[in-house]
Amino acid sequence: MTMKKTVQNNVNITNFPQKFRQDFAIIAGWVGLGSKVLDLGCGDGELLQFLRSCLEVKGYGVEKDDANWLACMQNGSNVIQMDLEDGLSVFEDRSFDTVILSQTLQAMHNTEEIVQEMLRVGREIIVTFPNFGYWRNRLQITGGRMPVSKILPYQWYDTPNVHLCTINDFDEFCKNHKITILERCVITDTKAVSFMPNLLGNLAMYRLKAQ
Amino acid sequence: MQENNSVGIVAAQTAHFNSPLTLKSGAVLPQFDLVYETYGTLNADKSNAVLICHALSGTHHVAGKYSGDDKYPGWWDNLIGPNKPLDTNKFFVIGVNNLGGCHGSTGATSINSATGNPWGSQFPVLTVEDWVTSQTLLADYLGIQQLAAVVGGSLGGMQALQWTIAYPARVRHALVIASAPNLTAQNMAFNEVARQAIITDPEFHSGDYYAHGVVPRRGLRIARMLGHITYLSDDVMDEKFGRKLKQGIQYSFDAEFEMEFYLRYQGDKFAGEFDANTYLRMTRALDYYDPALAFDEDLSLALRKVEAQFLVVSFTSDWRFSPARSREIVKALLDNELTVSYAEVTAAHGHDAFLMPDAHYHNILRSYLSNVQV
Repeated sequence: MTMKKTVQNNVNITNFPQKFRQDFAIIAGWVGLGSKVLDLGCGDGELLQFLRSCLEVKGYGVEKDDANWLACMQNGSNVIQMDLEDGLSVFEDRSFDTVILSQTLQAMHNTEEIVQEMLRVGREIIVTFPNFGYWRNRLQITGGRMPVSKILPYQWYDTPNVHLCTINDFDEFCKNHKITILERCVITDTKAVSFMPNLLGNLAMYRLKAQ
Repeated sequence: MQENNSVGIVAAQTAHFNSPLTLKSGAVLPQFDLVYETYGTLNADKSNAVLICHALSGTHHVAGKYSGDDKYPGWWDNLIGPNKPLDTNKFFVIGVNNLGGCHGSTGATSINSATGNPWGSQFPVLTVEDWVTSQTLLADYLGIQQLAAVVGGSLGGMQALQWTIAYPARVRHALVIASAPNLTAQNMAFNEVARQAIITDPEFHSGDYYAHGVVPRRGLRIARMLGHITYLSDDVMDEKFGRKLKQGIQYSFDAEFEMEFYLRYQGDKFAGEFDANTYLRMTRALDYYDPALAFDEDLSLALRKVEAQFLVVSFTSDWRFSPARSREIVKALLDNELTVSYAEVTAAHGHDAFLMPDAHYHNILRSYLSNVQV
């Protein structure tokens, strides 16, 4: 299997249209030009479409939901209908340059398994999740209520999010699972947060590989 | 509504081929006919042709009716027509009766010119590969170098897959629906029981029943009854028939449960219109198809020359061609970095779901086909 060489490129966040989700531009900066990308839980394929248009990636998505699957296919993406909880058995070891799990980790039941599967299939992986340690979440908990926000829009009784974690938790997870953190970017709205990220950042983004 | 987007009144045509065709088995057909239908208009570039490959008991009559009085349209009429998912305003659609079939193409019921009698037992055993080769000859005959798409369900899906393997430059898209890269032992076992039902029917006469003026009706009937059980899911059979009785318990072995009436009706209908020799050969073609065999059972290697783009579709309740089998095709396509989308449609109808007009399923096909360039 031939694979184009991964070229890390610097992408300026401000160059992209506002309609794209805040994390897309950072993900684009971590994905090589012309590389092969697998987007897990790809929704309607917006990220894949974005990466195709700016980086000419060869992209595949995985999506379980019928309506999302259809929208993704209509957007011109390759999309495989599968439940991520069942693993990634249709994908060979090291068959992708980058495997992405964007804001889906917290909704996975088999959290450890999906991360291990991503590390098996991808040379590198990108994982993003809402940081439960963000101060506004802490404030709501201090006020005696479960956090509800733009990034965590659910009530406690209808949330698909079963494995919420903080940045410190995920750092520890990586350490315990022998995962190398290549890069970490924490953002709040569209701004990067470097000071006290576990308190001030609401979206955590990691570029990882197996040790 | 159905009438507005129907292809309307259609007629079958026959293509005659005079050159001998050497089959995979080594047998040679000195000449043969393929009967086919077309819907829509072939464009000037001849780039909008879509071939429909039929399954075990299908025919070239895929859409439309032969006359206004026809009770039923072609077998995939819900898919094909103006503004339907496979839109005949855009595509030129071809339905063909497979070689060895019993609906007009040369088969066991045809006259063998060497003897002046029906071929019967002497008609060769055909393979999926042979069908595809004969279909390329039909494409040549129609002046079509490259198909926009090949579409098939079940055994038809195997033909679509085979097109992309054997003739990579001649097909741009393959829609492989409710299919598999080969049959499992259990699946072949159903075929074997069906064939045994036919072969052990005293009226089979070793396949030369035409000369005796009889047909092995009982065998065919049982074969079809067995088939129908495997085409439906447990749930849908339960929903459709449950334990319902027509007239209460009679303490007899006549049909009492509604399920029994259904199976007997389907069996009788089929035995009256399908040829037993053809049934044997169709099931054998299914059994033998195994493109990975020549590649150490490695399907990915078998597909390494494929260029076509794929849509693979399976149905959750299909246990005869289960989603897991479709995923094997998907994996092999992914291993070759081919363009592929895969849908696993939630459906109750088992294997038969591929013929049903489920809204989501039809949306999938409509969306995929609308992205196919012609």
